[in-house]
Amino acid sequence: MKILYGFSRADAGEIRLDGAPIAIASPHDARRHRIGMVFQELVQVPALTVAENIALFLPDLGAVLDRRAIARRIGDTSNRYGLATDPDALVWQLSVGERQRMEIVKLLLGDARILLLDEPTRGLAPHEVESLFGIFRNLRGDGYAVVFITHKLEEVLACADRITVMRQGAVAGSLGRAEATTSILVSLMFGGAVSPAPRGAPATRGRETTPILELRGVSVPPEGHATGLTNVDLTIWPHEIVGVAGVAGNGQRELGDVIIGLAPCRAGRKCYAGVDATRWSVARLRARGVVFIPEDALGMAAVGGLTILENMVLGDTRKYARAGGLAIDWDAARTDLERSLARLGVSIPSADRPIGALSGGNVQRVILAREMAREPRLVIAFYPTRGLDVRSAVAARELLARARERGAGVLLISEDLDELFALADRLVVVFRGRIVGSGAPGDGASDTLAMDDVGHLMTSGSRPVRV
Amino acid sequence: MLRDPRLHALARFAGLLGVALAVFAAVLLVFGKNPLRAYVDIFAGTLGSSYGFSETLVKMIPLVLAALAVAVPARIWLINVGGEGQLFVGALSATWAAIHLPGLPGWLLLPAMAALGFVGGGLWAALAGALRARGWVSETIATLLMNYVAILLVNFFVFGPWKDPEGVNYPQTAEFPAGALLPTLGGTRVHLGLLFALVATAVFAFVLARTRWGLEMRAIGGNAEAARRAGISITRYVVLLMFVGGGLAGLAGMAEVSAIQGRLRPSLSPGYGYSGFLISWLAGGSPAGIVAASFVLAVIVAGGDILQMTQELPGSVVNILMSVVLFVVLGRQGAGR
Repeated sequence: MKILYGFSRADAGEIRLDGAPIAIASPHDARRHRIGMVFQELVQVPALTVAENIALFLPDLGAVLDRRAIARRIGDTSNRYGLATDPDALVWQLSVGERQRMEIVKLLLGDARILLLDEPTRGLAPHEVESLFGIFRNLRGDGYAVVFITHKLEEVLACADRITVMRQGAVAGSLGRAEATTSILVSLMFGGAVSPAPRGAPATRGRETTPILELRGVSVPPEGHATGLTNVDLTIWPHEIVGVAGVAGNGQRELGDVIIGLAPCRAGRKCYAGVDATRWSVARLRARGVVFIPEDALGMAAVGGLTILENMVLGDTRKYARAGGLAIDWDAARTDLERSLARLGVSIPSADRPIGALSGGNVQRVILAREMAREPRLVIAFYPTRGLDVRSAVAARELLARARERGAGVLLISEDLDELFALADRLVVVFRGRIVGSGAPGDGASDTLAMDDVGHLMTSGSRPVRV
Repeated sequence: MLRDPRLHALARFAGLLGVALAVFAAVLLVFGKNPLRAYVDIFAGTLGSSYGFSETLVKMIPLVLAALAVAVPARIWLINVGGEGQLFVGALSATWAAIHLPGLPGWLLLPAMAALGFVGGGLWAALAGALRARGWVSETIATLLMNYVAILLVNFFVFGPWKDPEGVNYPQTAEFPAGALLPTLGGTRVHLGLLFALVATAVFAFVLARTRWGLEMRAIGGNAEAARRAGISITRYVVLLMFVGGGLAGLAGMAEVSAIQGRLRPSLSPGYGYSGFLISWLAGGSPAGIVAASFVLAVIVAGGDILQMTQELPGSVVNILMSVVLFVVLGRQGAGR
């Protein structure tokens, strides 16, 4: 998408328009070729009116605004395609759906012929989605081409003529609407590979009497455009990896944050090792063995300007403080760091360099070493292998498995179904802030979830009916 | 070229100051004065004699404390522009002790005044910190507006309940008892407040570099998200650092009423609190830089008195120089972005 709209350049290959190759080096070029894009995060000036926002985009904008002419053009276009927009409304007062319609009007007036829409249905109510599809049909009738990106299968099937499935940066398949079924799409999206035999839960499991973590009816209010959590029940036992599958943005971050104590529960109870921990602070939970492994270590866990050793101490400043905090025991921190790095099989040149100077993979390793040095009882791993090279990803997975062997409970939040099926003892699937399915990874029999089931649950919130 | 960051900071500092002095020279030319003579007068009058030097130190004391009041919260990106108000509230609460406990001996009264000054200024700033920590009001707006409230509060007391009954209707309190006056250094007006300022700077540097809290502060300043996830309570630091910052400004206010004025007056500060903001930015928040920049600013402030005498310029003309310095600093930082 970014390449088509000129934000990124293709390393190889060519783009053809009407059969002729074209070069798109910038959004300006894209617009010259009459390609328009509606972004996932709408880029608009909230304090201006719809007409003013649209005028800003017009190629033939005069020095003096002819408000009436602009309003008339907006009116014409919106009536024609059923894009109800009030030119005089202030953008900040509009709903997401209205702002999206305005964005489409903007592109049409800007003379676009090919419209790219990146996840436009996110944040829309069902009836708004319906009317968006109506608009697509009108546009198609008038010879416009629409590229519509979504995670949701039923939406694709409802409005597309042709469907292309992307998987890890490559086209996994392309087919006409007539040949497409949910099952075919799911298998294209998730590889359809035979699931590797899931590791059975270790024998040690089941003797424990208290779960390490228990969420009962936990709800978290949504913030801004993010999803909240609704009535989540989740139990994690010692010696167990619980995988959380779901399309990004369906409440995973909130789930992790509520467990590590960063987000408050609006309703429900959280018990940690059998004790009510609903209102515990992050520091208190960490002191009792909860650790967090982030997706983006430099953004979420490390302070780039501080040294590796200082970042190590940050993992537990209380532990390394001496004389009531007046001094810090750097030697102890260095010993712990070295021991933990050795256990990971990683060596770093010097602990006194700023951590921001390390490569992304190494920052992640240092943070893994820091967190694992704390003898965790509960590990919250938030997309721990996203963005890592293969070797680092394998090391991180081994680390999680080793934490399980040592008796920790692990919550593994991931989008990578292969990873989840390889590691997790039990899976839960989140969809729109709810847990819509759970079971051991398997072939779909009795209580187990097959990869196919998980794919359906992730994209539509329900399981396919088996024949 | 300049590998040593300290050398680099020094060069930056000197360069900015040079630009500011050049611009001010142009202003002096417009006034029909010889800028070289004016600068010679300033330097001779402040650094050229032991009296001038001691007066410069006197000005430097509140400037260092007011700059720390900005620099301490700035460690976690809080913008405290309320140094002036915190200084006034500190002076006010210290005066309470001087008026209501006049019988106490100095060794008891002075610590009480210092503590009250610190707590008064600290609470004044912590109020803004608490509002910020809850996400209600930006601390910049709150501290700025509370400046006016603080100054009016002092006015209320000196025009009203605490007004000197024997004064000729001047808005000021009665003279403090002897036990409420900070001791001075033989014959000069340099007072014990210099020790407060230097110790506070040293403590700030030590805490920042060596202690657990310093590390946590640097972590919040470096990546608040990571700090939060590591279990560091940011709201606690917001309130605490605002309290400490305001407390240091309050201490400056206490020192001014106790050592310089000997009573509470509405004119107790020629804008030290605002200059402190300038100094902290000039020094980039570094403790040693604060002392150095405070000294330079003290020369400028004291230089205003000199120019008034030798060049027949209004004393407030140095405000132009100070604002030029501020412009240069801000312009430089804007360009670096």
